[in-house]
Amino acid sequence: MGETKTDVKPEAAVEELEAVTIRFAGDSGDGIQLTGMQFTTATALAGNDLSTLPDYPAEIRAPAGTLPGVSGYQIHFSSREVLTPGDAPDVLVAMNPASLKANLKDLKKGGILLVNTDSFTPQNLTKVQYAKNPLEDGSLSEFRLIPVELSRLTGNALSGLALTKVQVERCKNFFALGMMFWLYDRPMESTLKWIGEKFKKTPLLVEANTKALHAGNAYAETAEIFGSHYKVRKAPIVPGVYRNITGNQAAALGMVAASQVSGLPLFYGTYPITPASDILHELSKHKNFGVRTFQAEDEIAAVGAAIGASFGGALGVTGTSGPGVALKSEAIGLAVMTELPLVIVDVQRGGPSTGLPTKTEQADLLQCLYGRNGECPIPIVAAATPAECFTMAYEAFRIAIKYMTPVFLLTDGYLANGSEPWLVPEVSKLPRFESRALPPKEQFKPYSREEGTLARPWAVPGISGYEHRIGGLEKQDVTGNVSYDPDNHERMVRLRHAKVNKIAQDIPPTEIIGAKSGKVLVIGWGSTFGAITAAVRQLRQHDEPVGAIHLRYLNPLPPDLGDIMGRFEQVLVPEMNMGQLLKVLRAKYLVPAVGLNKIKGQPFKIAEVANGIVSLLKNGRN
Amino acid sequence: MNDEELTGLPASGPMLTRKDFVSDQLVRWCPGCGDFAILATVQKLLPSLGIPRENIVFVSGIGCSSRFPYYMNTYGFHSIHGRAPTFATGLKLSNPKLQVWVVTGDGDGLSIGGNHLIHALRRNVDLKILLFNNKIYGLTKGQASPTSEFGKKTKSTPQGSVDFPVNPVSFALASGATFVARVIDTDIPHFSAVLERAAKHKGSVFVEILQNCIVFNDGAWSDVSAKATRDENNVDLRHGQPLVFGKDRDKGIRLKGFTPEIVQFPAGQPPKDLLVHDETSPVLAQILAHMDHPELPLPQGIFRAVQAPALHELVDKQVEQARAAAPPDLQRLLRGPETWTVAA
Repeated sequence: MGETKTDVKPEAAVEELEAVTIRFAGDSGDGIQLTGMQFTTATALAGNDLSTLPDYPAEIRAPAGTLPGVSGYQIHFSSREVLTPGDAPDVLVAMNPASLKANLKDLKKGGILLVNTDSFTPQNLTKVQYAKNPLEDGSLSEFRLIPVELSRLTGNALSGLALTKVQVERCKNFFALGMMFWLYDRPMESTLKWIGEKFKKTPLLVEANTKALHAGNAYAETAEIFGSHYKVRKAPIVPGVYRNITGNQAAALGMVAASQVSGLPLFYGTYPITPASDILHELSKHKNFGVRTFQAEDEIAAVGAAIGASFGGALGVTGTSGPGVALKSEAIGLAVMTELPLVIVDVQRGGPSTGLPTKTEQADLLQCLYGRNGECPIPIVAAATPAECFTMAYEAFRIAIKYMTPVFLLTDGYLANGSEPWLVPEVSKLPRFESRALPPKEQFKPYSREEGTLARPWAVPGISGYEHRIGGLEKQDVTGNVSYDPDNHERMVRLRHAKVNKIAQDIPPTEIIGAKSGKVLVIGWGSTFGAITAAVRQLRQHDEPVGAIHLRYLNPLPPDLGDIMGRFEQVLVPEMNMGQLLKVLRAKYLVPAVGLNKIKGQPFKIAEVANGIVSLLKNGRN
Repeated sequence: MNDEELTGLPASGPMLTRKDFVSDQLVRWCPGCGDFAILATVQKLLPSLGIPRENIVFVSGIGCSSRFPYYMNTYGFHSIHGRAPTFATGLKLSNPKLQVWVVTGDGDGLSIGGNHLIHALRRNVDLKILLFNNKIYGLTKGQASPTSEFGKKTKSTPQGSVDFPVNPVSFALASGATFVARVIDTDIPHFSAVLERAAKHKGSVFVEILQNCIVFNDGAWSDVSAKATRDENNVDLRHGQPLVFGKDRDKGIRLKGFTPEIVQFPAGQPPKDLLVHDETSPVLAQILAHMDHPELPLPQGIFRAVQAPALHELVDKQVEQARAAAPPDLQRLLRGPETWTVAA
């Protein structure tokens, strides 16, 4: 070829873009999640706002090259505020035929399709029922196809190194990443640093991965396969120190922060379950904060140990997903009866039964509200974004301690694994809270109540003069002794409800996005926040009379909710379930609210919510 | 504070007596229930341990035995069916200075709660677990339990139970308990002595208490507890001592291969090859656990007692090591490994 660096070559053109969505897809052994996360870090460092969505199979290693084995990672970044991981990707990186087949339907027409041609062997094509090679039959003509011999090029780049064929093959994701770094003008330093640390015990692998990354980057530039590359300017973001954080990490850090601020030790009892296990992994790294993590023999033991720890004076918390909540129900009822502080984190996933373990859904709301024997009220809070899992975990503990009650924190698979930049809070500005002082010994009654909160005293074993017994049998008011008296039972049932309802006094005024009154009010909760907010903003640009509110408090509901609903003609409730909040709102407020329901294990797209609102605006109900 | 320190700690304030451990609640077991003797024995033992009353907690599940905490003037937690070991584990880990007792029964501990019992024992959680075994469901009025004999006729098994019973001592040994014992509710001196050692053992304690249910399974253990037959049908386990039994102490146990057999001898002249008890041998403990009346006398006493680190010690050690390696700094934790600054 004879081309050298001194050759005169036109600089590639630079186009400016406002927002880009990229999906990396490949076999679950291709290092897709890792590649996505590296691109995310670089994008955060480039100053863009961003949101990510990993989508990985339930099987750890499904058979190579098959559809069930496809792993994906989507990132949406922009020079403006980003609220969702993006509807349809602008770019699809497909490492094999299976990932092409599984993801092509989502790619925008005219979108960039970067394909590893080396994996399009007859054998791999047959595995996913491609009769003809799609790279050759013209079926991809609607897209900007960029065929790259990833395996061969990576092999060439690493030819001088003493690596096995498998080791070379494992570096090809960094070659692809290097290409994407050039295409979107991302800094490579964070990935180079990561490679250096990850493989520090094997210098050969540091060299190999570094070379692959540089080679991909140089290839994208010199081979002129893209024509131009792109720049996405920094987003106007609130100044401060940021980090990237997933929902599960944020929930874990919220718990540690609550423990440190309140001075109460944290006890996390849990049993491994997707998609909640990362909370355990995160917390078990922070024992230096006095965190005690306990991997129990089952879900029941996990919540039992957490309740026992709360009885013993700790912040007891148990984390799980929907099937785990089902198993814990009886013990959670005991925490209601004994009025002990406890936080139950439900990282919701697709159900019923084992359902879709790695996919997202919001179908546990009614289980958490009502899924126990007897009249068994429990406060529920829900996070709206990955970073907000920090705030709401912290808030769940504050409520649990102040009101002496178990509290549910609802997140979901999308929030748990999705990530976003997080303005790191200053510890000194976190709201303070602590457990209340005990009354004098002589006045101590285990079930006497503080007027403002109806909370009972938390007398922890080890304190002399406060010896008492608690349990699951109905309690006599004030004394806490066992009582089967009919009038006492009714009084206690009402008291437990009244106590939970009291929490409404702590709920801040509800913020309305968009129009403050008008035709359609969209009410959401949990991870639908981004899609709803973006959809309402789009419609507001056309002056549609649409507003939205997002509920962080699901039991009790915000006191101003009824009033806000009254200012709109219609109420639309988008949910990733069959209409659970919808039922609650209809029952409590007797409003003819309408549901917009998606139960695909995938989050809402902005367009889906926008279409739902427009349809209600145009056609009304029906 | 570790347990050695606890054991030697004098009671704060005036010396406690049995009365200090009696709560103001009316005891609502059936008249003549074996539970009364157990309650009295425990209430009598506790003042002698020198542990402040506020540091003692009784945790129970569901069943007749599980009403126990209401009658003890200590901290107490009457939880849900089968799950007492889970609450007790969390309690001990979060508040290690406490002496935590678990009171359970054959249905609560070995049926609905069998899994929790296995794991509490194998983790060597510092819990004193008392399992009241009356071979019947009492509180639900007379169904077969996991320790009911094969063929036992009960309300739920009118033609006889088709389930083979579980052996509680063997179960506890297999689970890895570091202290395993069996006593009879009415044999107060022996029960007291075993209970005292149980209370002072650090780690998972399992004591099977053979207990009579006067209403639904009267005479459940009469062969081994009745005055007329008990000497012939029981054998006491004493560490380092040969297994000798009988009213005239003229019978002993020796091993033939792995199988125990009875040897008869003139009183006071035991043969040299009698089996000598060793509390530290897991193999011997299992052999003894499978000795049963009527073929062989039923062993009573401590089958196994060994020292091992308790779960709370191991957990606390990890916390201390983590603290020494990296002092807690919340702001630093929140910032994480990688941050970037957006300028104003």
